[in-house]
Amino acid sequence: MNFRAFVSRFGYVIGLVAVIAIFAVLTGAPERYLSPHNLRVILAQTVTVAISAIGMTMIVVSGGIDLSVGSTIALSGVVTAVGLRDGWPPILAVAMGLVTGAIVGVVNALSITRLKVIPFIATLGMLGAARGAAKWMGDEKTVDIPATWVNEIAVTVPIVPWLMFAPGVWIAAVLAVVTTVVLRRTVFGRHLFAVGSNESAARSCGISPERMKMWIYGIAGVFFGLSGVAQMSRLRQGDPTVAVGTELDVIAAVVIGGASLSGGEGSIGGAMVGALIMAFLRNGSQQMGWPTYVQETMIGVIIVLAVAVDRLRARARAQG
Amino acid sequence: MTSATQTVLTLAGIRKAFGPTRALDGVDLVLRSGEVHALVGENGAGKSTLMNVIAGSLRPDEGQVLLDGKPVTLGTASDARTAGIALIHQELSLFPHLTVAENILMGFESARAGWLDAEANRARALRVMERFTHPAIRPDRRVGDLPVAAQQIVEICRALAGKTRVLLMDEPTSSLERRDVQRLFELIANLRQEGIAVVYISHFLEEIRAVCDRFTVLRDGKSVGGGVVSEHTDDAIVSMMVGRKVDELFPSRAGRTPTKVVLSVNKLSAPPMVQDVSLALRAGEVLGIAGIVGSGRTETLRALMGLLPSDGTVAVCGEPAAMFGFLPARRQSQGLGYLSEDRKREGLALSMSIADNMSLSNFSSLARAGFVDLARQAKSANLLIGSLSVRTTGPGQRVGALSGGNQQKVALARLLQQDAAVLLLDEPTRGVDIGSKVHLYQAIDEATRRGKAVLVISSYLPELFGLCDQLAVMCRGRLSETRPTEQWTPETVMAVATGATADKGNAT
Repeated sequence: MNFRAFVSRFGYVIGLVAVIAIFAVLTGAPERYLSPHNLRVILAQTVTVAISAIGMTMIVVSGGIDLSVGSTIALSGVVTAVGLRDGWPPILAVAMGLVTGAIVGVVNALSITRLKVIPFIATLGMLGAARGAAKWMGDEKTVDIPATWVNEIAVTVPIVPWLMFAPGVWIAAVLAVVTTVVLRRTVFGRHLFAVGSNESAARSCGISPERMKMWIYGIAGVFFGLSGVAQMSRLRQGDPTVAVGTELDVIAAVVIGGASLSGGEGSIGGAMVGALIMAFLRNGSQQMGWPTYVQETMIGVIIVLAVAVDRLRARARAQG
Repeated sequence: MTSATQTVLTLAGIRKAFGPTRALDGVDLVLRSGEVHALVGENGAGKSTLMNVIAGSLRPDEGQVLLDGKPVTLGTASDARTAGIALIHQELSLFPHLTVAENILMGFESARAGWLDAEANRARALRVMERFTHPAIRPDRRVGDLPVAAQQIVEICRALAGKTRVLLMDEPTSSLERRDVQRLFELIANLRQEGIAVVYISHFLEEIRAVCDRFTVLRDGKSVGGGVVSEHTDDAIVSMMVGRKVDELFPSRAGRTPTKVVLSVNKLSAPPMVQDVSLALRAGEVLGIAGIVGSGRTETLRALMGLLPSDGTVAVCGEPAAMFGFLPARRQSQGLGYLSEDRKREGLALSMSIADNMSLSNFSSLARAGFVDLARQAKSANLLIGSLSVRTTGPGQRVGALSGGNQQKVALARLLQQDAAVLLLDEPTRGVDIGSKVHLYQAIDEATRRGKAVLVISSYLPELFGLCDQLAVMCRGRLSETRPTEQWTPETVMAVATGATADKGNAT
């Protein structure tokens, strides 16, 4: 692989390294910025967005979009919290959280495939509906939970020292690897790309885009549900008002990682790096004591730059 | 030609209605192995519907489909694929983001419990690709990075990846350049050798003559005739398609009276496609530009309209053409009107109404103080709908809902409503059914008689000979001398267009 091909393939990794290097220098204390403790903080904070970004990558590659992620996270978290509060076995409560996410995803897919509502609108509707359902489940209040192992999923310092990072970090990493392999090496994965690349061609090859979308949104919903459980675990309560706007962070991560919103392109590795770029940037600006508006502006600029660079690359490839 | 003997597919009495419209109204077709069978007919005659019935995407209301003499029901696309019937659409339907191998095997990959068997798939793809040699096509390349001709080959490979016995090709050359067309014909000849039955849809009789053995003509959803291609003249086939004689297609040119020069072009250059083009166009005449696709014809018109940067002098109605500002608007107000060859992308706003499309380049003439006078707009649209025989429910109908021929009439009507002195028409009848062609020819003739100057590009020679008073031929960016149509023959045009003669035009 020559240098240019390397840059065009792993450009976002270079972006991540650049962000880390810049802040290591700017803070003037690289040993603190890159200390095990700070890395634990950054990674634990990224778990929610990272797990959701796995599901979102699947949806975006298949040519769709999901705006209801934040609300789904809140709803799944509240459902799990209600289960724990009512004394369910923790494993069952967590499973209910995941099933909740799956149901939301399947409902989204049904409005897309049966009612023929475009994904943007269908999931915009769900953004409101799922948020409402979360508030209803939680009686418009936060739901307090008893102490169980569920509380340890996303803690900054794991109780089992040899884990080094929060269990949620490892879960996200394993899921990212497994899903990457599934997308690359299974018939399901290739059909997912096919639907996103050219839906009508997929249909004429005997692939049902409708059936694929039910699976894609359903599985992605499980990832969003898991994000919700992680989020609830970190807060140690089910909060129906949590994660407002998280879908935009998730979409940003996926897009910074090289996915195309018109479908057919994208990678989970890229989305993970995208999520990390934003996390390191936020954390770095906090260390610098910069006001939040600086972070927000910078993240906005980075999203547009990342996509602009991606378009340039595509054009270069089309000419070369 | 190999001996075409065994009957593979028989269609008998196929009927299919969509609501009140009878798309197919009694079609019989017999397809033999190892033959290339042309399916010809005007747009709207039912060719595409018939293709979809054979390919299993549509279920016929009545009639029988026999495969090897046994009746079959092809309910879905995968049913037909399993039965060995593959369809290649007019527009490429590939997965641009996926690799060549993935495209070829999509839908029936080798897999164990859902996991792809990479080795087996690669080998299978290679085996299919062996039949065609194309340097750019390798199994691991992304299809989106391939040239169009190579993509077409990938599409054919995909169609042949199963145990294909019947291959349906719907206007396969519409996206190809000339040398790639030749290549495609060689591929089709190979398929015939292998005993595959090919159904070939095309508007171009030359193509049908080049590759097809037999033909069937569809008109108004019925099969109205057919036979061996070499035993029928072009005129005989076209007469079957339109149900009338060919020479009735073009309006008579007698009595046109050209007056003063309204468009004079001197040494117009728009590198790299246009070099030193000069011409003079008079009011009341039609000047045709012939030439192969890619010879710079389209670019010449675009340069005239100010859509491409250019050098040289252009004068419209006696004054020099605008060189500054937003050129298309300025040149339009000087009297130029431009009809793009790409109706869907540039010619029309498909989601807007007929009336809006017709007034798109001249809203101001229908407006008072910036507000469009809707009554006047509708009245003007109704007049044009009448004079061009646009088949529509009314001026408020969305253009996207019209057939291709009627869309093209609306696109031309925009120039007439704009009252342009010079009409620059790029392929004004491309992809249009013969009935609409006749209406378009009449409209162009009438505009000419009203004193408009018309510059028309066409790849269809009979059209240029039927319509134009003057002809010039373009080859590799240079335009030959303009001569009266009577002084050209199709052979001399082709000789100049292909560069076979060193532009005799300028020598004489």
